[in-house]
Amino acid sequence: MTVAAERPMRLVEHFEHGLDAPICLTWELTYACNLACVHCLSSSGRRDPRELTTGQAERVIDELQAMQVFYVNIGGGEPTIRPDFWHLLDYAVAHNVGVKFSTNGARITPERARQLAVTDYVDVQVSLDGATAEINDRVRGAGSYATALRALDNLAAAGFENAKVSVVLTRENADQLDDFKALAESRGATLRLTRLRPSGRGADVWDDLHPTMQQQRIVYEWLLAHGESVLTGDSFFHLAGFGESLPGLNLCGAGRVVCLIDPVGDVYACPFAIHDTFLAGNVLTDGGFARVWRESSLFADLRAPQSSGACTQCAHYDGCRGGCMAAKFFTGLPLDGPDPECVQGYSEARLAADRTIPAASQDHSKSGSSHAPVFVPLGVGPAAPPARSCSEHPLEGFHPHVDHQGVARG
Amino acid sequence: MALDEARVDALDEALDEAWELAPQVALRDEAFGALAYHFTTRRLTFLKSRDLVDVVRLLGGSTTLREALDAAGVDAGSWDAYARAVLALADGDMVRRREVAA
Ligand code: SF4
Ligand code: SF4
Repeated sequence: MTVAAERPMRLVEHFEHGLDAPICLTWELTYACNLACVHCLSSSGRRDPRELTTGQAERVIDELQAMQVFYVNIGGGEPTIRPDFWHLLDYAVAHNVGVKFSTNGARITPERARQLAVTDYVDVQVSLDGATAEINDRVRGAGSYATALRALDNLAAAGFENAKVSVVLTRENADQLDDFKALAESRGATLRLTRLRPSGRGADVWDDLHPTMQQQRIVYEWLLAHGESVLTGDSFFHLAGFGESLPGLNLCGAGRVVCLIDPVGDVYACPFAIHDTFLAGNVLTDGGFARVWRESSLFADLRAPQSSGACTQCAHYDGCRGGCMAAKFFTGLPLDGPDPECVQGYSEARLAADRTIPAASQDHSKSGSSHAPVFVPLGVGPAAPPARSCSEHPLEGFHPHVDHQGVARG
Repeated sequence: MALDEARVDALDEALDEAWELAPQVALRDEAFGALAYHFTTRRLTFLKSRDLVDVVRLLGGSTTLREALDAAGVDAGSWDAYARAVLALADGDMVRRREVAA
């Protein structure tokens, strides 16, 4: 909701210049994950030995409280793997920093669910990328569907109200939207649908998994019909190119109202932009988070007027604004041109032509060097079970979905 | 027509009532005004003028909205607009009516 007593101003303009503190801050507590989802935006798997200590994490929370960052989106990796996860959650809530955390659900036991149900200011997002085990487990690993549903059942049984079922839209699940919604509602939960970005390991599977143009159109119509009862983190604003703007904020918030703190305290412009190009500083070595947020030269650049190249000529620019910076970057497209999924088709030629995809600047995947899990698209051959590590760990993996712009609605 | 009159009545009524910021709401100042965050509903609202932020901050210590507007130095010509804004904030439980001891 926006309330102005007098001259209405466009929030977009305020946000483009950046705010004193982020509105939507994601904090990945660990890169450790037992799973290896094929599209993990942070290429998670192994714990980084330089992970912030409990004390260092508490200092970050103190700073967030002082800056009045009202809530953080906690993710990973699987954040509950950290032994001090529940402590940090309580610490944040006690310091007026609400927590929304993303999990695969493996540690959401009946006891934890009851504990969460009586904790104020905590929201839980359970990741699910298929409305059926077949579709979900191809992406997230064997058994992960059952685990997620068990967590949702435990939360519902404990009386935890309004958990989120967090779905990354892919080519394989795009025709399951009604099923996802029914599945969430049957457990007193709300569906949250976000966009697949070619970030982290997502870069390897994006060509095969990103929705087709026809699917984008169907999703657009579906969101127009159900927009009020489904959360999207405002991540589909590029669909405004079909005609109407979807509810929410139409703007790339990276470094302006959005940012990411990673497990070692590095601050990036956006959770989908974990790359040296978008690294603003470090909370330990650059004088704290507030200082990085307010003084980093990268963020100053992102808050300066941007040129939007060909998009400025487009009739839909006001709603779409050229789409997602991270999606452009990781598909090797120019940042001042159209989104790779431009629904007007202005990126098709470039995507088909030679492109240089930027090399990943970090990778925490488990099996050695780079980009461990293998994904075989439906109909191409047997699905490769992506998560061998399942049998080694009691936890299922996960990747965070970020309500990076779900802020201007209401 | 009748509807318009009803609206005007509602605004007048709002001006004469006592209000306060809801206890679960925190305000964060920004250059354009402030963010208001409701910790229970997790709703974020943007107060897009400094004057409105002042008025909202003054509500709890004023007997009526009128008094708060006056204290904030808001021109009487725009009080209706502020009453509308306060009613909109009340819809989202950002501000609420306050019982005043008789
Ligand atoms: S549009 Fe893309 S880069 Fe910008 S904030 Fe959203 S996810 Fe990040
Ligand atoms: S040309 Fe640019 S603004 Fe227009 S729809 Fe495509 S990405 Fe959006």
